[in-house]
Amino acid sequence: MIKTLDELNAVKAKAAEVVSTRVEHKDSGVRDVLVCGGTGCTSSGSANIIKALEEEIEKNGLKDKVNVIKTGCFGLCALGPIMIVYPEGVFYSKTEAEHIPEIVEQHLKNGEPVKKYLYSETVHEDGSIISLDETPFYKKQHRVALRNCGVINPEHIEEYIARDGYQALNKVLTTMSPDDVIKVITDSGLRGRGGAGFPTGRKWQFAKASVNEQKYVCCNADEGDPGAFMDRSVLEGDPHAVIEAMTIAGYAIGANQGYIYVRAEYPIAVERLEIAIRQAEEQGMLGDDIFGTGFKFHLGLRLGAGAFVCGEETALMTSIEGNRGEPRVRPPFPAVKGLFGKPTILNNVETYANICQIILNGAEWFAGMGTEKSKGTKVFALGGKIHNTGLVEVPMGTTLREVIEEIGGGIPNGKKFKAAQTGGPSGGCIPPQHLDIPIDYDNLISIGSMMGSGGLIVMDEDNCMVDIAKFFLEFTVDESCGKCTPCRIGTKRLYEILSKITEGKGTMEDLDKMEKLCYYIKDNALCGLGQTAPNPVLSTLRYFRDEYIAHVKDKTCPAGVCKSLLSYKIIADKCKGCSLCSKKCPVGAISGEIRNPFKIDSEKCIKCGVCMSNCKFGAIVKG
Amino acid sequence: MALKTSAVPFAGTAEQEARLKEIIAEHKDDPGALMPILQKAQEIYGYLPIEVQTIIAEEMDIPLEKVYGVVTFYAQFTTNPKGKYKISVCLGTACYVKGSGDIYNKLQERLGVESGGITPDGKFSLDACRCIGACGLAPVLTVNEDVYGRLTVDDVDKILAKYN
Repeated sequence: MIKTLDELNAVKAKAAEVVSTRVEHKDSGVRDVLVCGGTGCTSSGSANIIKALEEEIEKNGLKDKVNVIKTGCFGLCALGPIMIVYPEGVFYSKTEAEHIPEIVEQHLKNGEPVKKYLYSETVHEDGSIISLDETPFYKKQHRVALRNCGVINPEHIEEYIARDGYQALNKVLTTMSPDDVIKVITDSGLRGRGGAGFPTGRKWQFAKASVNEQKYVCCNADEGDPGAFMDRSVLEGDPHAVIEAMTIAGYAIGANQGYIYVRAEYPIAVERLEIAIRQAEEQGMLGDDIFGTGFKFHLGLRLGAGAFVCGEETALMTSIEGNRGEPRVRPPFPAVKGLFGKPTILNNVETYANICQIILNGAEWFAGMGTEKSKGTKVFALGGKIHNTGLVEVPMGTTLREVIEEIGGGIPNGKKFKAAQTGGPSGGCIPPQHLDIPIDYDNLISIGSMMGSGGLIVMDEDNCMVDIAKFFLEFTVDESCGKCTPCRIGTKRLYEILSKITEGKGTMEDLDKMEKLCYYIKDNALCGLGQTAPNPVLSTLRYFRDEYIAHVKDKTCPAGVCKSLLSYKIIADKCKGCSLCSKKCPVGAISGEIRNPFKIDSEKCIKCGVCMSNCKFGAIVKG
Repeated sequence: MALKTSAVPFAGTAEQEARLKEIIAEHKDDPGALMPILQKAQEIYGYLPIEVQTIIAEEMDIPLEKVYGVVTFYAQFTTNPKGKYKISVCLGTACYVKGSGDIYNKLQERLGVESGGITPDGKFSLDACRCIGACGLAPVLTVNEDVYGRLTVDDVDKILAKYN
């Protein structure tokens, strides 16, 4: 049990030795092998890697010389499973269990990294190995919220303490008043990372001003935007950062109880949070008398059950209360009347992940990063048609082009960039002409999208923007809670019109009707999710109207996605008459004589595309 | 509106009921206890048929309507049993732009079931899910705990064959 700063520093000094191999690349004769145990790498088999490592290490008698550590996400999910060996800091990518015996023998035993298994960007032509920080993916990043992810073992509180963990809490409880804390957070310019970008300090101020014996601090870890996984990675890689920040928030507003509402779909995050809360309680970082100051704070976990709307703050609280997660009218705002009717603050995981660093380094340090109105850094989950799928953290104001082309490594297969989607189902599609816009809250809104939680999905010329708008509306229809009519019925009608267009039955009046309906929903829906639900339609109508018109007037889908508008043809000149396509066709729509060009019967064709993907001569085209 | 009931007859055991009642007794006075209790109940029974909802309503002394309302609101609560092999196809954005919609359609066709359905032999059930967060492997599907990534439509038959 830690009671004083000296005791905390004693734990820190001891644990600092343990992490110095990793953090300072200090050669103490013992190697640390860090294997990513985040969801991405676990899905690509990192558990098998750890098992194989442990077996080989045992076999080679290296047990005292090598520590195998399961960490959180390193960020470069596309190359998983990922393994980093310290003190050298070399980076093995797409590791397979079969590689392990060679790596253990040659590297861990004989000190010679196995270059052929290293991430190719880190090995120069002359054979020299560069550090991970110098690769294009990491060079432009600046890690604040993710600073411990992939560095510490998230299941050991000592390793968090070694990285200045719980120093901020001690500083706050022993040297600062609640008003001091709120002032630092306000001055830092931190805005909510969950999407709307409300100033965090002001939110805390409101809740502090509400007089009530019982107040609550909540954490929104119901990361529901499809394609966004930064909050999960923080919880998996650095859970104590969130726990410490929530305790600080409790002190600032005068609350003794907190809840973390986390998606049940994130089993690894839930497990690590449970471990972290238990360890924090054992060490006295949560409890009735934290650092002997008499300040009391307890934390509970609540699991979501798969409802997107529960990411909305009032719906989330209704759900913690054990009800259908339906939003309610604001005001009263949660700072006045929130969870169980008491004053409550709700912040997102990434917002909390910044708090301790702001307390330790000062408001000015944080405000020194970013743009005029958006301070600090932002984590993005890069996905879709991009080389380096994964997590990146960059200062606000970085351009989309830098993120996509430099850090993300551009688009695979020589395809052309078409749009970047930010903000999930509440956001919009950003066209090529806006790639050089500096990313911040206000700029993204001005071009018809929004920051959202930070999902950034890249689309290329093969993606149909009408289909994408339909995809998001299908999501919204499915996830609408049904409480208010504009969202429940309005999004359904939008979806129906979009379906009509993708089937080639749309009219030009439909486009106008849709636009009108979008603005109606925006103005009248009850909660933020309903109000932003038309954004995917509006932004695609704004930037990709040509594609809509092609569907409506020419009855074609330029990207070749919308099945009703497609037809497959065999180019007679290229067809060798091998008959492979007719054998593969599931509905017998292709016929012909061997060594003569074959033909597709468009009446029978179900447009599955099997013929095209099997043709060895490129003789089948769709259009 | 008719209650959503399951086509499969309820076969809960006395042991399961005893475990459920124990959990309810332990948690029923916690603030907001209904959701955690439903989650535990689904762990015990695998799904939440009306019979289980009735036990919860009676033991917690709340209306069945309230329990039913919460169960049918959240995607994770199911009133239908799941198959021996539970297939979930990710239809999150990152997977969708890489073609998971086609994979999902192919599975529906192969299994002859729609979203949320179960094959008559109880072997496979099929669901769409929203982003399991393995976007680096897109498109992905899961069969129970196994994750399959970087899929093409042609992989569907191979995966099903593994479980047949």
